[in-house]
Amino acid sequence: MSAELLAFAVAVPLLGAMLAVVTVTRQGSETRASPLLNWVGLITATLTTLVIIFMTGAVWQQGPLRLELGGWGVPLGIALRADGLSAAMLAMANLVALGTSLYATGYFRSNDEALHFWPLWLLLWAALNGLFLAADLFNLYVMLELLGLAAAALGALTGSRDAVSANLRYLLVGLLGSMTYLLGVALLYTAYGTMDMSLLADVMRAPGPTDGTALVLMTAGLALKAALFPLHFWLPPAHANAPAPVSAALSALVVKAAFYLILRLWLELFAPVATFGASMVLGLLGASAVVWGSWRALRAERLKLLAAYSTVAQIGYLFLFFPLLAATPPGPAHDQLVAAVVLMALTHGFAKAGLFLAAGLVQQQAGHDRINELGGTAQHLPATVFAIALAGSSLIGLPPSGSFISKWLLMQGALETGQWWIIPVAASGTLLAAAYIFRVLSRAFGLEPTPLRFVTDARTEVPALTLALISAAALGLAAGPLWTLLGLDAGGGA
Amino acid sequence: MMTAQFLYGGAGMVLFVLGIWSFLVHEPLVRKLIALNIMGGGVFHVLIAIAYRGDDMAPDPVPQALVLTGIVVAVSATALALALGRRLDDLSPGDGPDFSPPAPQADLPLRPKEHAGGSADVS
Repeated sequence: MSAELLAFAVAVPLLGAMLAVVTVTRQGSETRASPLLNWVGLITATLTTLVIIFMTGAVWQQGPLRLELGGWGVPLGIALRADGLSAAMLAMANLVALGTSLYATGYFRSNDEALHFWPLWLLLWAALNGLFLAADLFNLYVMLELLGLAAAALGALTGSRDAVSANLRYLLVGLLGSMTYLLGVALLYTAYGTMDMSLLADVMRAPGPTDGTALVLMTAGLALKAALFPLHFWLPPAHANAPAPVSAALSALVVKAAFYLILRLWLELFAPVATFGASMVLGLLGASAVVWGSWRALRAERLKLLAAYSTVAQIGYLFLFFPLLAATPPGPAHDQLVAAVVLMALTHGFAKAGLFLAAGLVQQQAGHDRINELGGTAQHLPATVFAIALAGSSLIGLPPSGSFISKWLLMQGALETGQWWIIPVAASGTLLAAAYIFRVLSRAFGLEPTPLRFVTDARTEVPALTLALISAAALGLAAGPLWTLLGLDAGGGA
Repeated sequence: MMTAQFLYGGAGMVLFVLGIWSFLVHEPLVRKLIALNIMGGGVFHVLIAIAYRGDDMAPDPVPQALVLTGIVVAVSATALALALGRRLDDLSPGDGPDFSPPAPQADLPLRPKEHAGGSADVS
């Protein structure tokens, strides 16, 4: 009974997409969107989200669900399954998508854009749900391709030269990634004769010679789609030039889907194959992504480009967890880390969607999104700027946001497994994130152009700054010697 | 025949690597697309080779079904990429865009000398 919900999660948006294609009116030779179109979109969005909410509730109460479509079992049939991980990602993705749909009804002023937006958007949604629910590796490949095609077409919706060129590149890169992934799937099928993930997880206990190659191929293909540094080059132009609701979905959901697959494969299938060295490669790439992405976000001149580079950095954080997961033996500590990385992915999904939607409003209102010329936005659009600040605080990882807890657990894991290098990376990423968010906010609140120099009178300002810095950072971080000075026993250590 | 299977699968791998190489080094969109399709052809070769289960057994139907699906996906993706490429050419008739072949710059006497010299290799 509740397993049937899995089929509806894919079928409802797919049907909605088809309905949206035919919901047009003809005026002479011209095809125009019918006034019903927004309603078709909104109703489909609401129904899909309801299905997912019920499904998440069912997984919560009864544990994992599995459905074999049409009664055809493996290997020929298509199976859908939902466990805790996929339910969590689905709930996030569908809530974000519902919000984005609502936003889209107000965003698209031009009839033409809405006409093309809805079918592609609902198709993307169906692919996303299918991807999170897929139980076998080939079904995943089909959903990945569907997602890539719909995403590239949506990204190019504005029709501007930059958008078309960036999304053509995105499409080609995505095809390269999924072909590489497919070769890995073919190798796994050669070795084990099945593509069902739970069957594979059972037989892959003892790693064979092809497993390593399949791991490298599949991870590389998916990392390209997840925009892991240095394979992120396609992301900033593609996400920054898309219409705002599309940017939100691309950054918050589509990239996350590829990351979800890597996480799932590494946790379930490749756990015996993936060595610590392999996970270290992912971790180091993630660290480079955090630093490089945050730095580029800080230097970005446009708000949407800033948000896109911030996505590169946030994807990096997710990959920082891999060396910790590899170094932690299965048990409560390992589960804690898995929960932390999922929580970070969910938080980033909501935060980045909110940031991109708000950036779209700023862009519409101001006619541009050049950060330096956004003075006074807070006076015109207070709620929008507040949304940017809220999403920003979550990107920085301020308490009580979800990413605060995740970063806390990340650093705790780094200390416990002795991987100290993660701490300065996470700390510098956090500082840079604070810098780029506050850079936007300070511009948005300022009516006058702010002074170009940070320090205006060194003799008077530097002492004030130093004293403030000591109270804010130095005393907190280096409080230990105080105990010694006072002759007290330091923290009950002895 | 094991050797036939091995040759077929090996050829698939070679095609895949050739496709990646060509995709990475060539700029024009059409060449990149052909490269991607050659990569895909390589993967399909490998899948067909897997399906072979000896002369006295029917081939495994699953990889063959996968190849059919894969071909459909590859055709649609190629079509979308070509459509985007056409759009890009329409938007920028003058300068050479990132992914399209050097478009024949018809009727625009901007750089007559270069045009005359370079027309030999532009069809």
